[in-house]
Amino acid sequence: MITVEKIIQELGLDVFVKGETNTVITGCYISDMLSDVMAKSKKGELWITLQTHTNIVAVAVIKSLSAIILTNGRKPEEETAKRALKENIPILIYKGSTFEIAGKLYMLLQQKT
Amino acid sequence: MTPLSIIKRAKELSFDIIAISDHNSAENLFAASKIAKKEDIFLIPAMEITSHEEAHILALFGDIESVMEMQSIIYRTLPDIEPIDFGPIYQVVVNENDEILDLNDRMLFGASSLSTKEIVDKIHSLNGIAIASHVDREIFSIISQLGFIPDDIKIDAIEISYSCRLKKALQMLDAYKYLPWIRNSDAHCIAGIGRAYSIFQLERLSFKEIADTIRDKERIKLIKG
Repeated sequence: MITVEKIIQELGLDVFVKGETNTVITGCYISDMLSDVMAKSKKGELWITLQTHTNIVAVAVIKSLSAIILTNGRKPEEETAKRALKENIPILIYKGSTFEIAGKLYMLLQQKT
Repeated sequence: MTPLSIIKRAKELSFDIIAISDHNSAENLFAASKIAKKEDIFLIPAMEITSHEEAHILALFGDIESVMEMQSIIYRTLPDIEPIDFGPIYQVVVNENDEILDLNDRMLFGASSLSTKEIVDKIHSLNGIAIASHVDREIFSIISQLGFIPDDIKIDAIEISYSCRLKKALQMLDAYKYLPWIRNSDAHCIAGIGRAYSIFQLERLSFKEIADTIRDKERIKLIKG
């Protein structure tokens, strides 16, 4: 059982919006096409993306995703951060690339299961 | 595909109004507007802009000055990448006789660093019309990129691709019936011109009247060529 909080610590993520961090992570989905995330992501998954528009929060809420991780040091738009705060969705920032964090996260999730 | 060949083909097909919209560029519109005037075709100066979310937005303007203003904003925000020899990626700039004036070595297939919302707001500040391109497609559409059209992006209409059956569009886009729909050819070669179009009920021939018609869904009829 690995929580969002644990991921933040293990991967050294910057917390832009705290939200609910006690959620247990069920896996991870990576995509920058929100239509694809809406179709394919599953409840409890972490979502790694480059997109910063407010709609990322809506998608995370609709699909009950555990947290949004923005890579390459991207920051959410102001409105996105406001919405995430209201909806209790964590927005985390990773300074490195999507490839790097995906590799690290994969290792971490493999160890725990 | 040059301004002269596009307008000649449009004339053959008896179009009254056309829009020429290069990806992230508008330099060929100087020649196009001269030819259109001569051929008595109403030309809408336009651009198809790629936002940082990689959604395509069709921008229609009332005059060349506005489209050029938009072009300079987009040029400033396109990726600054060294041109490479990768097949025919350079767009030529031509005059009204199809003579090459210049090569455009910008990465026109790239994305602007502006968001879809910023682009739409800029189009409106230049009194233009913002249409979400090919919203039925799985890539480069506002819906594929953003999941759905958010309220704060004030697009004027959505474009249905030439290849999409109206029945399919009605199923897929049920949530967007509140917006005006338009069909355009989105032609990338001469043979594609007229493969889809829309009929407008106009009181008079002016950009303002065309813009008002696009905003009023009751006055557009969608035709698949």
